[in-house]
Amino acid sequence: MANIVIDRIRKSFGAFQALKEISLTINDGEFVSLLGPSGCGKTTLLRIIAGLETSTSGDVRIGDRSIIGLAPKDRGLAMVFQNYAVFPHMTVYENVAFGLRMQKADDARVKAQVEKAAGLLHIEPYLDRYPNKLSGGQRQRVAVARALAVEPKVLLMDEPLSNLDALLRLEMRTELKTVLQSAGTTTIYVTHDQTEAMGLSDRIAVMHNGVVEQVGHPVEIYNHPATRFVGGFIGNPPMNFIKVPVSNGQVVAGAEQLAVPEDVGNEIVLGLRGEAVELAPLPQGIEMKVRVAEPMGSHLLLTGSIHDQPVRVILPASETVKSGDTIGLKLDRKRITWLSPESGKSFPAVSA
Amino acid sequence: MSTETMSATETASRPASFASSRRWLLWSGIAALCAWVLVPIYLVALGALGGRQGVYIWPKTGLPTGISLEPFILFLKTEGVVQSFLNSLGAAGITVALSILLGAPAGYALARYDFRGKDSYRLLVLLTRAFPLAILALPLTVSFIRLGLYDTIIGVGLIHTVLALPFAALVTQGIFLGVPKELEEAAWVFGCTRVQAFFKVVAPLALPGIVATAVFAFVISWNEVFAASVLTVRNRTLTAYLLTVLSESPMHYRFAGGLMLILPSVVFIFAVRRYLFAIWGISSK
Repeated sequence: MANIVIDRIRKSFGAFQALKEISLTINDGEFVSLLGPSGCGKTTLLRIIAGLETSTSGDVRIGDRSIIGLAPKDRGLAMVFQNYAVFPHMTVYENVAFGLRMQKADDARVKAQVEKAAGLLHIEPYLDRYPNKLSGGQRQRVAVARALAVEPKVLLMDEPLSNLDALLRLEMRTELKTVLQSAGTTTIYVTHDQTEAMGLSDRIAVMHNGVVEQVGHPVEIYNHPATRFVGGFIGNPPMNFIKVPVSNGQVVAGAEQLAVPEDVGNEIVLGLRGEAVELAPLPQGIEMKVRVAEPMGSHLLLTGSIHDQPVRVILPASETVKSGDTIGLKLDRKRITWLSPESGKSFPAVSA
Repeated sequence: MSTETMSATETASRPASFASSRRWLLWSGIAALCAWVLVPIYLVALGALGGRQGVYIWPKTGLPTGISLEPFILFLKTEGVVQSFLNSLGAAGITVALSILLGAPAGYALARYDFRGKDSYRLLVLLTRAFPLAILALPLTVSFIRLGLYDTIIGVGLIHTVLALPFAALVTQGIFLGVPKELEEAAWVFGCTRVQAFFKVVAPLALPGIVATAVFAFVISWNEVFAASVLTVRNRTLTAYLLTVLSESPMHYRFAGGLMLILPSVVFIFAVRRYLFAIWGISSK
């Protein structure tokens, strides 16, 4: 079993706390992304797991074994680096074989494993070449093949696609998913690209300022962000946050009464995904002043304000709304997230 | 009609003439640089191999007429020449070995580790060159006599190491900085200890630069004359030997001595030229 338990890991650089008591459990065979803006500590956490960085306190266990204090080579894991880090003085074959050679595997096993990994990543034609004759995408494949060839219990990936151009990134993403699904390796994947994280992961851990803000299935994180930061970071356009008055435990939205969680003050923040609305005639709907209407082909993007607060909503492309219009919107009450205006944390979903 | 054709050819040939003038510039630059290095060597060789007549012949033709190896061999047979040549090789060998063995680890530490006083350390390394050897000569001689290092090649090699070591440390620092840290980390993750990672990944990639540093240390030792003159009496290095002997020698002997000073460096650099150029292109990008 290769589940990973990250237990109250802290890391300080002088007075700066890069990681503030991170705890996270990753199940055997699971693909978990660490997602967050740059500087949130996600790469530091990954490097602590890899043994390339020491933690200030806390423990990391793979299976039942604590790996803190072990040399990287004794941790039984493989890693794909952001800049690929393929060895320029070795052929592709020797690069992929490197980990096995260090394990003193016999030649037959090395050959079999290299060919298997090369086959998975379609790099057989380049096995005799040196990396400087390869493109970025091909080098990335070599780096992944090198990691898979040792059949690691745990695979760590540090923004492996960020140096590729957009088209290649999409292609590699799909391919990575195929390869890793068949390998069944426990994977931790660091990225700042939410579409990568959403597309690849079983679960996402959203990090911000050295704290894990939320861990969950991509859809759950998208629909019910635990904090205002998560809602604003995930999704394009980001979630709308509208501060609304509360009276008698309810919020008035056009003709509708929306129940809010108990024990809130006179104000609450309504978190609304841009596409969780539909057009409704006034005054049944909540009033939105449209400043700019942008037909995007697949949908219609409206930028404007509700209750004098900026919002972005998405309507079907067939709707005809023009810049400057005032429209009514019916909110999909199942997809509303209520957040505390003080702490920015969301309340558990309430049944209407 | 003639003007027409002229202007026509002019317009047509403009891009071509631009390219050809670039090529012309390139080759004349190469020729000038080669001449800069080769002409003096050629003239020295001419003087060394031409014998007594060759040196004093006038007008100079610059052509290799009447040359033979005989004058040079005669010079080699002069007492002390071969021995001092070997002494020089020995001192340079010690200098190269010690400055790489001590300088490269220091350079690696400077490149990879952050430690307190790193900048001061770097400055201190350079400061060893701030003391003029002339001031140190007397105390050095005294301590060398006490230690039994006076008039030995090892002693000269040690002093030359002191001269070459600061540069070896600082130059190798730059070289190790040029090897991406991620490559080393990848080696660690895939099963290497720190030492294994150094020899399997860092050293091969740093080799061209390390060889260049070795050449540098060799040349420093080979050309150094002051310390070698002060610290030896009988076991002179070639430079020290030639300095004392040549002023009383005939002209063609001086040329022969000069040639002998030049050739080993040229041969050495030629031998390691392959390593002077980065073969794989170090960058991981």
